[in-house]
Amino acid sequence: MGKYIVRRLLQMIPVILGATFLIYAMVFALPGDPTAGKCGERPCPPAYVAKFREEHNLNDPLLVQYGKYLGKLAQGDLGTSFYGIPVKEELAKRYVTTGKLALMAVAWETLIGIFAGVLAGIRKGKFIDNLVLVSTLLVISIPVFVIGATLQMFLGVRMGLFPVTVSSQATFYELLLPSFVLASASVAYIARLTRANMVENLRADYVRTAIAKGLTRRRAVGLHTLRNSLIPVVTYIGVDIGALLGGAIVTERIFNIQGVGGFLFRSIGARDGVAVVGTVTALVVVYLFANLLVDLLYGVLDPRISHD
Amino acid sequence: MTEATTIAVGQETHVAEASEGGARSLASDAWRQLKKNPIFWVSVVLIAIFVLMAAVPQLFTSTDPTEAVLKDARMRPNADAWFGRDIQGYDIYARTIYGARASILVGVFTTLGTVILGSALGIIAGFSGGWADTLVSRITDIFLAIPLLLGGILFMATFPNNADSPYIVVVLKVVLALTILGWPSLTRLMRSSVMQVKPNDYVQAARALGASPWRIIRSHILPNAMAPVIVVATINLGVYISVEATLSFLGIGLTPPAISWGVSISDALVALRTTPHILLFPSLFLSLTVLAFIMLGDAVRDAFDPKTR
Repeated sequence: MGKYIVRRLLQMIPVILGATFLIYAMVFALPGDPTAGKCGERPCPPAYVAKFREEHNLNDPLLVQYGKYLGKLAQGDLGTSFYGIPVKEELAKRYVTTGKLALMAVAWETLIGIFAGVLAGIRKGKFIDNLVLVSTLLVISIPVFVIGATLQMFLGVRMGLFPVTVSSQATFYELLLPSFVLASASVAYIARLTRANMVENLRADYVRTAIAKGLTRRRAVGLHTLRNSLIPVVTYIGVDIGALLGGAIVTERIFNIQGVGGFLFRSIGARDGVAVVGTVTALVVVYLFANLLVDLLYGVLDPRISHD
Repeated sequence: MTEATTIAVGQETHVAEASEGGARSLASDAWRQLKKNPIFWVSVVLIAIFVLMAAVPQLFTSTDPTEAVLKDARMRPNADAWFGRDIQGYDIYARTIYGARASILVGVFTTLGTVILGSALGIIAGFSGGWADTLVSRITDIFLAIPLLLGGILFMATFPNNADSPYIVVVLKVVLALTILGWPSLTRLMRSSVMQVKPNDYVQAARALGASPWRIIRSHILPNAMAPVIVVATINLGVYISVEATLSFLGIGLTPPAISWGVSISDALVALRTTPHILLFPSLFLSLTVLAFIMLGDAVRDAFDPKTR
């Protein structure tokens, strides 16, 4: 187990290096002048521009810049944004909010997605099954920002059930609706995935054996079938965390949440390279760790899979 | 794009009738299966309509989509403007018809790009193994670590559109962004598919007979390893159309004056509180297109999957 984790951590290093380099190269090519608009209604004095460019290593060629950045990154320093605020500080605040949002989205996914999938799977071909299949297909085909804006409109503005926007405290109640919107497409995918696996596993020999030896249907389905059907679902949730963090950009924009997504979007607009690379690097690292965690979870779900 | 690989739906297809003698190939078997599936025909008809809409919008409407009648802005649907008018006074019906082109172009070109790039690299990795496999797999890992939407936003911010960028350039930029980020999932799929086909006897036999690697790939490996890639690519086509709309919603995908469903939806959100019909029609068309491609992919998957027979 320990060996496996160490190997996985080592494998992460080239991925992080490659991904940050890609992002860095793209940000390096971002058009526009980062000092534009920093000195009010007139162009910045040349001395200031020179100092600014020197401070942020903007005069070096791409590889040298990237090297210097990596040097700092290795010491846990994400650099300072073009506004002079350490990126780490900016992210620490916002990561809590986006983290809450993403975790609540995962909770929606597992609760509703798996429940609907199991229900459809054990009632295959019945009304509830068709209802789940059709409704999930509908949810998948509607873009998330349409779902978000419409739910905000009807549940938030018209009926007043949920707060329309999220304050900087980002309380549980305020995040209920946004996290549901963020999770909506994934809920649909998970319901379908769970259903498909349930249907397949219910036909398996070990379920027939379990019933034949006198187990109740509840125990045969709940313990044996469900546990075996969940492995691909857990994999999906792990991969989906990346999509959730990316998708948060859209949700945070609709509900005015002060999270990582909004910060990233603003930083791209402000040509703030250091902030963009730092944010994306953090996202990629979180994503990779989430996947490692999922792989370790396999062992818990299925003792046949071991990491030794 | 693991989403696509997991839209596992069991549209239970019926047991194939006993063959009327003679050997049948996998493809012809799948086709017989498909022909009987009503979902397949529904999605094919829908897709045909949307492709026709994209190719010759004049067939559907004679109204100019760039003609803004400001005094009639936000008008509800009526006999003159079937879907009403949006906040700029554009005819929503005409805008929706003309908007199909951008979505279809982005979807089709991105799918072509990812399939060509993804399967080429997947075949190289799966067929040759060794250091080529390691190299391709590690590069795939790197690209997979960057979420599609995030990378798309960065790419589009790096190469922004001007008001006078030609239409096709604007579209191709989105295509390029989505292709660069979309190929790795297909590479993975193709690689594992090729690795499954490679040890088969007919491949070994071809090699023993002295066939060149190129010939083995072209006439033995590719036809037998292509099915999962085709299925996922079809579903992805819908997903890409949806992502294009999302980028346009964020203001960095297609940008006005380009006409697209994403741009229309983005504009309509401003007016959602008072005139929701502006949002309804472009979203409806967009969703129907995405739906059609997902259903087509599902139907093709079921046809190729012997387990559902």
